[in-house]
Amino acid sequence: MRYLPLTPEDRADMLGVIGAGSIDELFVDVPAVARRSEPVDLPHHAGEIEVERELLRLSRRNRSAAEGPFFVGAGAYRHHVPATVDHIIQRSEFLTSYTPYQPEIAQGTLQVLFEFQSQVAALTGMDVANASLYDGSTATAEAVMMAQRVTRKNKAVLSGGVHPQYVGAVETLAHAAGVTTLRLPAAIDAEAAVIAAIDADTACVVVQTPNVFGTATDVSKIAEAAHAAGALLIVVTTEAVSYGLLKSPGAMGADIAVAEGQSIGNGLNFGGPYVGLFACREKFVRQAPGRLCGETVDADGKRGFVLTLSTREQHIRRDKATSNICTNSGLCALAFSIHMSLLGEQGLRQLASLNHQKALATAKALAAIPGVEILTPRFFNEFAVRLPKDAAEVVETLAAHGVIAGVPYSRLEPGAGLDDVLLVATTETTLDTDITFFAKLLAGAVQ
Amino acid sequence: MSMNNVGRPTRPEASNDDAGFASLSGGRGLLQDEPLIFELGGWTKTGVDLPDAVAADGALAGLTRDDAIGLPGLSEPEAVRHYVRLSQKNHAIDLALYPLGSCTMKHNPRLNEKMARLPGLSDIHPLQPQSTVQGAIELMDRLAHWLKTLTGMPAVALSPKAGAHGELCGLLAIRAAHEAAGNGHRKTVLAPTSAHGTNPATAAFCGYTVVEIAQTDDGRVDLADLESKLGDHVAAIMVTNPNTCGLFERDVVEIARLTHAAGAYFYCDGANFNAIVGRVRPGDLGVDAMHINLHKTFSTPHGGGGPGAGPVVLSEALAPFAPTPWVVHDENGYKLIEEAEGVAAQAFGRMSAFHGQMGMYVRAYAYMLSHGADGLRQVAEDAVLNANYVKARLSDLMSPAFPEGPCMHEALFDDAWLEDTGVTTLDFAKAMIDEGFHPMTMYFPLVVHGAMLIEPTETESKAELDRFIDALRLLAEAAKAGDTARFKNAPHLAPLKRLDETLAARKPKLKWKPVAPAPLAAE
Repeated sequence: MRYLPLTPEDRADMLGVIGAGSIDELFVDVPAVARRSEPVDLPHHAGEIEVERELLRLSRRNRSAAEGPFFVGAGAYRHHVPATVDHIIQRSEFLTSYTPYQPEIAQGTLQVLFEFQSQVAALTGMDVANASLYDGSTATAEAVMMAQRVTRKNKAVLSGGVHPQYVGAVETLAHAAGVTTLRLPAAIDAEAAVIAAIDADTACVVVQTPNVFGTATDVSKIAEAAHAAGALLIVVTTEAVSYGLLKSPGAMGADIAVAEGQSIGNGLNFGGPYVGLFACREKFVRQAPGRLCGETVDADGKRGFVLTLSTREQHIRRDKATSNICTNSGLCALAFSIHMSLLGEQGLRQLASLNHQKALATAKALAAIPGVEILTPRFFNEFAVRLPKDAAEVVETLAAHGVIAGVPYSRLEPGAGLDDVLLVATTETTLDTDITFFAKLLAGAVQ
Repeated sequence: MSMNNVGRPTRPEASNDDAGFASLSGGRGLLQDEPLIFELGGWTKTGVDLPDAVAADGALAGLTRDDAIGLPGLSEPEAVRHYVRLSQKNHAIDLALYPLGSCTMKHNPRLNEKMARLPGLSDIHPLQPQSTVQGAIELMDRLAHWLKTLTGMPAVALSPKAGAHGELCGLLAIRAAHEAAGNGHRKTVLAPTSAHGTNPATAAFCGYTVVEIAQTDDGRVDLADLESKLGDHVAAIMVTNPNTCGLFERDVVEIARLTHAAGAYFYCDGANFNAIVGRVRPGDLGVDAMHINLHKTFSTPHGGGGPGAGPVVLSEALAPFAPTPWVVHDENGYKLIEEAEGVAAQAFGRMSAFHGQMGMYVRAYAYMLSHGADGLRQVAEDAVLNANYVKARLSDLMSPAFPEGPCMHEALFDDAWLEDTGVTTLDFAKAMIDEGFHPMTMYFPLVVHGAMLIEPTETESKAELDRFIDALRLLAEAAKAGDTARFKNAPHLAPLKRLDETLAARKPKLKWKPVAPAPLAAE
């Protein structure tokens, strides 16, 4: 077996040193009822050739985004990732290291995390950011839990524009933690409606911009209303590239900004691994979940970085910890940080503008089709359209012709009565010919 | 002097004493001092070439970001240098043994990386039509089959994103089962003092009160104490097996029986599954739920702190409550059930958006196929053999916490042997860095004073183990001989000396800030 270095002679020698007669003697503490003398009923070992054959077989049964026109978003976006990113994250020293608990021999990872936190704080316009959470949806759930700790109140108000699967992740955790959730009905331009739902019991208000229908909203007024009621404003973003064009959550009064960072540096990967961005106001940092990297000095006075404020964390604080998270998304955060360094401010703004223009062009082409209506009033790179037919059926029809048209909203929230709504996303990878072909096929499909 | 034919010396002239040597520029051989990206001056640079963007069209009037964001940019060569220089300041499993107990730092096969990058597995979207991702869903189904077969459990929830997320999933399933049975009043979780910190943190996150179970002198759950604390108020016990002392819980079947008799569920922390994979099925021990760290047992890379994946296997009693999505298949193909309806009507909710850590599933599946049932069994045997070998070869110098009987995949020492040397566990661990090794896990589990938990894993050769053991023996002898200076200031040879963690926590500096403009000189 190519991954196991011990030879039969090594094993015999080592058993001799240990003073055991056989390997079975080392498993003597296992109750007899559970000892298995034979391998379980699964195939035996395979060489690289056989493994590649099997994985290639499975991969060929999937239609990858690069194969043709592709307009799927709703929380994950297909962007171009520079080749440098994947090269660097595969370096042994990044790929095969553990959480940087020994800072003297982990300065590489730690400096990256410090740079990552600095980039995320700048992007979100917030005071501080952590070293990543699993993804945008769990970051949102963590933010709601944090608001409960900060405000000591137990009600969360979620707008009808928050991604329904994010709502699901929040509700699952909130239910267990004793937080009541009030999720408003799904609506295209939903965010402002939350103001009426804020009351004195509200711990936090969760809004999303751009929201799941693509609508971008200035949430400043919501921040004012939340703060007046003693609640925190949590702003969710599922498309991090939008930070390059739209006002930051911090500039609009957010107390906690969370986001899915996949768009920058990370591929689609069928939903994971992704990287949750989490940023907040400085005064709340000791209630924040997850790892934080901080600057310090070594015994010689040289600058260095360490994991810090760990008295918030599970390995120190146990049942009083601010979160149970341990492993996070370190390597995805590295990919995010490398891509962001390559973009720089100028590149990010350019990328964001390009994304927006592709969406404008796509919306224009689709709006020309009789019976197709653009629903989203202000959008970044994604918008909702109303079709004269069931959106899921249209998506299947177009998929058969090589175009992946988007996400039928009914897939995210079947009972919302929005079966005719299709979410359409574009990025810099969308070609003009993709748009033309999509519009042509859609015109045929909705006739 | 030896010279080549152009007069260049080809041998060092003399052996110089390099003690106290410092370079003039601050450089250090192959190790470069590297500023932050924010200090490299790239405020107008970019390392990407994109088409020029057209000015905004007014569709987003009032919503656009007009102030500076504050992001530096690097050209591609500068970016590559920056990250390569940083990388060289990290220890890695590819460099040397990485004996962090509880972490299972084993070799990460590069075939798995190659497979995870096949476009048909990496460049697919979680919400594209299921008809266009049949291979991806089939892969999830295959992975589930392997995990169920290896654990002897009937169901698995794949979506949790790491071990702690898996614990959360398991406890939420338990909670849902109790609520469905009208037992929502059960609000206590029992866990040993030796448990991973994530166990009590997870239980508290779910609204449970944690009560600790005592441990016996031989490092196992105290059955009498467990029995006295079980009752109608207990929702679950959380027990790691093999436990965090590196020992198999001999009485695990009895633990399960007592737990079930009290109407509670048995959550097993599966962080140490590597020790028993292929040899013991948790399902045969009476476990109701157990997470499996794909980034430990099944070798997906730790990546400097993640990503991981923490699928949870479930018993018949808990299976109906597994979170969405569910993977099912029939004659028409594979399907993801994404809502709590139909067969998944009792699902307790969802752990996150989408379907979990597909990138990790691919790597873990490739790893499983490579080893097969026979190889995985060998994995457990070699992991346990290596740990016992380390224990046997160090026991005369260091004090094993539990000298009697074999350990499983990790060898635990306490600090009794350091008494009167003036050297602490921390000092000893830091001195290992000077010898080229990553320290073992220190001061965990909490039940052993000055704990040193060594997990070599099965992917170490005997030669590498001997090199490691020989280095530890030399260090142990030095500590006992009174060479405390070697330890007190260690590490001496790392890129940095010991760091001031107190300063970092007292005055948290969590991001780069521009240096304040210099005050105007007095005129």
